[in-house]
Amino acid sequence: MSVVTTSFPNTAPGWQLPSRGKVAMAGLIIAESAIFTIFVVAYLFYLGKSLTGPAPREVLETPIFYTICLLSSSLTIHFAAKFLARGIKFAFLGFWLLTIALGGLFLYGTAQEWHRLIYEHGLTISTNLFGTTYYSLVGLHGFHVTAGLVMLLTVAVLGLCGHIGIKQSGHIEALSMYWHFVDAVWVVVFTVVYVLGR
Amino acid sequence: MSLLRMKSSTLRFFAQTILLLFWSAVAGWTSEPNGSSSHGTNIFAPASTAAKSIADLSVFVLAVTGIIFVVVFALLVYSVVKFRGRAIDASREPAQVYGSTQIELAWTIIPILIVVVLFLATARVIHAIQDAPEPTDAVQVTAIGHQYWWEFRYPKLGIVTANELHIPVTEPGHPTPTFLQLLSADTDHSFWVPELAGKTDLIPNHPNRMWMDPQHTGVFLGQCAQYCGTQHAKMLLRVSVDTREDFAAWVRAQQRPAVQDAGAIAGRRVFEDNACMNCHAVAGTPADGRFGPDLTHLMSRATIAAGAATNTHNNLRLWIQDPSAIKPGSLMPAMKLSDADLDAVVSYMETLR
Amino acid sequence: MSSNAITIPGNQIQSRPWVDELHQWVTTVDHKRLGILYILSALLFLTIGGVEALVIRIQLMHSHNNFVSPEVFNSMFTMHGTTMIFFVAMPVLFGFANYLVPLMIGARDMAFPRLNAFSFWLSFLGGLLLYFSFLGGSGLYGAGSAPDVGWWSYAPLGARAFSPGHSSDYWTLSLLVSGFGSIGTAINIIATIVSLRCPGMKISRMPLLVWMNLVMAGMVLIAITPLSAAQIMLLIDRYLGGHFFDTQAGGSAVLWMHFFWIFGHPEVYVLIIPCFAFMSEIIPVFSRKPIFGYPVMVAATVCIAFVSMSVWAHHMFTIGMNSYANSFFTLTTMAVGVPTGIKIFNWIGTMWGGRIQFKTPMLFSIGFLFQFLVAGLTGIMMAASPFDWQLSLSYFVVAHFHYVIVGGILFALFAAFYYWYPKMTGRMLSERLGKWHFWLFLIGFHLTFDVMHIPGVLGMPRRIYTYEPGRGWDTLNLIISIGAFIQAIAILVFVANLIISYFKGAKAGNDPWDAWTLEWSTSSPPLAYNFATVPTVSSRRPLWDLKHPEDPDSRYE
Repeated sequence: MSVVTTSFPNTAPGWQLPSRGKVAMAGLIIAESAIFTIFVVAYLFYLGKSLTGPAPREVLETPIFYTICLLSSSLTIHFAAKFLARGIKFAFLGFWLLTIALGGLFLYGTAQEWHRLIYEHGLTISTNLFGTTYYSLVGLHGFHVTAGLVMLLTVAVLGLCGHIGIKQSGHIEALSMYWHFVDAVWVVVFTVVYVLGR
Repeated sequence: MSLLRMKSSTLRFFAQTILLLFWSAVAGWTSEPNGSSSHGTNIFAPASTAAKSIADLSVFVLAVTGIIFVVVFALLVYSVVKFRGRAIDASREPAQVYGSTQIELAWTIIPILIVVVLFLATARVIHAIQDAPEPTDAVQVTAIGHQYWWEFRYPKLGIVTANELHIPVTEPGHPTPTFLQLLSADTDHSFWVPELAGKTDLIPNHPNRMWMDPQHTGVFLGQCAQYCGTQHAKMLLRVSVDTREDFAAWVRAQQRPAVQDAGAIAGRRVFEDNACMNCHAVAGTPADGRFGPDLTHLMSRATIAAGAATNTHNNLRLWIQDPSAIKPGSLMPAMKLSDADLDAVVSYMETLR
Repeated sequence: MSSNAITIPGNQIQSRPWVDELHQWVTTVDHKRLGILYILSALLFLTIGGVEALVIRIQLMHSHNNFVSPEVFNSMFTMHGTTMIFFVAMPVLFGFANYLVPLMIGARDMAFPRLNAFSFWLSFLGGLLLYFSFLGGSGLYGAGSAPDVGWWSYAPLGARAFSPGHSSDYWTLSLLVSGFGSIGTAINIIATIVSLRCPGMKISRMPLLVWMNLVMAGMVLIAITPLSAAQIMLLIDRYLGGHFFDTQAGGSAVLWMHFFWIFGHPEVYVLIIPCFAFMSEIIPVFSRKPIFGYPVMVAATVCIAFVSMSVWAHHMFTIGMNSYANSFFTLTTMAVGVPTGIKIFNWIGTMWGGRIQFKTPMLFSIGFLFQFLVAGLTGIMMAASPFDWQLSLSYFVVAHFHYVIVGGILFALFAAFYYWYPKMTGRMLSERLGKWHFWLFLIGFHLTFDVMHIPGVLGMPRRIYTYEPGRGWDTLNLIISIGAFIQAIAILVFVANLIISYFKGAKAGNDPWDAWTLEWSTSSPPLAYNFATVPTVSSRRPLWDLKHPEDPDSRYE
């Protein structure tokens, strides 16, 4: 017979700790920030050091429109989360789908830019140091946007089937933290690549 | 008190004291005495200014850390011996002490002061060695690291050689330091001749600089210290520190083009017909390859294959026949020569004095 | 206060068929089982890594030996280092963290049990991937199989041009995969500690083990990721024609070094801080006093975490940085010794005035204190960069870091094994075998690693498959190799102890050591849900308060 006899008081008034989902997402964001920092450092270090090939100012065009799309998607996801917290599912879904559309538009813009760089200017990842660092950094960010869109789409499908309600509000907030992070990274990448780098 | 009845704590105290004495003896016994012609690789037998200032700083650091060790070790042993629990204490707990701000302050501030002292002593030496200005009459050598051999060029003297470095000794009234520029043709290497200087790496696309002013003549040994591939272990260094006259004579000999020995024509033909010249250079002949060591004055070197074997007839023959017999993983291919060709080429090599 | 006694009638505990039991283990999300899986997988890789070490030591027993070819030797030291750091040290520490953290904070499991399982299996997969290289690594005629580029894979040695075939790819991929597992575990640990503490356990009341695992997990997030980033860059170079570390295209070999060591230095603190945690739990219990200076221990740990992010280039003193950079890293490296030293003093302060019990966990702890002191001091020697220009890349460094990893980390781990094995299995490890293990290992360790400093000082570089006679290294290397075999025997004694005690060890009961943290309040082994009722605590030593209601800690904190 096994017996647990240690006794403890049974009271637990007012013991409130942060939500584990948000803490975990914050941890993930910290880790991802470190990865992006290394790629940004490599990009900055190699600016001007390519031995051959097209230079940034010769081929880069500042993607103002697509940047606005991505940054507005932060706003729309913020509203979506707020509406869900108040239980207004229709508005939540509307803004959520708008976020996905804006994110998708951003990815389309990146694809378009890469197509132009590769076929009109002959800049690939193996052309020179600029090519390597540019495609790696922008590509890493694009990969994170894509992963985010997959998660957003999953939520959209669940939402359209009626499974997302006020109880999932915490999860949605954690996910929107990720999306905000992706946008914040774009602010940094944009500044480094299109502003400082040229 | 028999060993069996001694408490574990006291036993370990004696064990550790015995260990300390034993290792001091081992250290003394195994360090080699240095002859005047061939030197060892002991960092505490410095033969140049840089190596000496490193050794002096090291002794200072050892003394400071040694004192710290003795003090903390004594505290540890004392607490283990003095505060060991006895059977009669089993039911009583000792006084529960949670900490002491004063003690914490003391053992924070004292270490910080020690760090400041050590840092200041160190910073002086860093600056003295790294920022030493290069005098105009310094001997200039460009060292290029390869897998798995050393290329040495003396740009001002027009010399290209391999694996064995000759530099002049520095005399008190007439300092002639040697400044080396360090480059690499492939991966990372590191130039380490302990008795002449601390090591500095040879990194591709990242030129480095170091200097040596040896105060004793003789041969100093070292080897590559940065893992560079299969035969990293046999990328040895021989630095011959010569008197000024001997160095001048060596320079003159190296500046001459290759000896043209009529009796070695057959061997030279084998050498030039068999793609040897794609990798190797022999000054004054069409052979101008730079992938492998310059062979113009091969016989002036005491060893071959970057120190992997002594420069004897048999070793030379074996090396050319099958490099992997001496240095498996070396980048020199076996040329699959017939015995006749092999003997001819070896004879040719032996004329390259 | 109510008493919660839960009785489980003996006849309801039935044994299951072994396939079922295996299935339970493979699909488990229970932090205790995952902890044990981490520890078992670490022990497996410890054996393999140990064999690799013995191969190295046999080859180096005397000069010009040819026990193995240079290619095999180079793979041996690469695999030994990679295995020990990534597939022994990290998993075993994650395993203990997994097991102990929820119990010590009064929680029922980690914050994300499924992520926990996923992270473990990723880590394990990484290990399997690394060893698959022995079979699948060639890919090209004449190319090596297992990676042979050193555990740092310095550029450009790791590039396609100098590492043909797939051996380097297995190195890169296995670490990338297990790195993601590590990040998952770190996130889990942080979320658990922040969000799942039981009522009353404020941050300032957590056991030091919990504090230190929190700091360790935070460091993992920002230390492992630079390596992951660098490895992604290496893969881009190797497979997509990138030029990150391609010196022929203007790339920088030094950049790899910076990225690697920005990972590599904090990594060694990631490894040692959980060992500080073990010491901070074990030494107080066997000295019968609370830890001396709890707030200072916390502050010192956090301080170490921050300062250790600024010292990385002390691994690069020989690469030709300018005198200002070398001076800076000399200063920060010496500075990080201050909080580290403070901790040693606090442990001695804990023992001071105590009533020390020399059970096996305490023997290993005292060994740790002595050896960590020595290792820290040889570290200070190398912090003086000119001294390091001689000592770097030599056997002195190898001696130093093995002193930390074996003399420090492994000793602390042995202490942790002997201390918490009763909790995990319900049985005590044999004290007799424990003492044999301790003394044999101590002798072997010192024979090997004390002596190993000397060839370094006499000019012996590291990573060489053989060496020249007449340099004075022969006898020393022979002694070093003999010590390695003695350590191997000690490990066998340890494994025997683990196995024999599982079946024949004395029953442990809840609290065999009369300790004070929450894990000792529940059964050994704990039931799946850990605690019958989630406890409420009011001090740093809840069980001391329960055992000494006349003099609770809560009065003094």
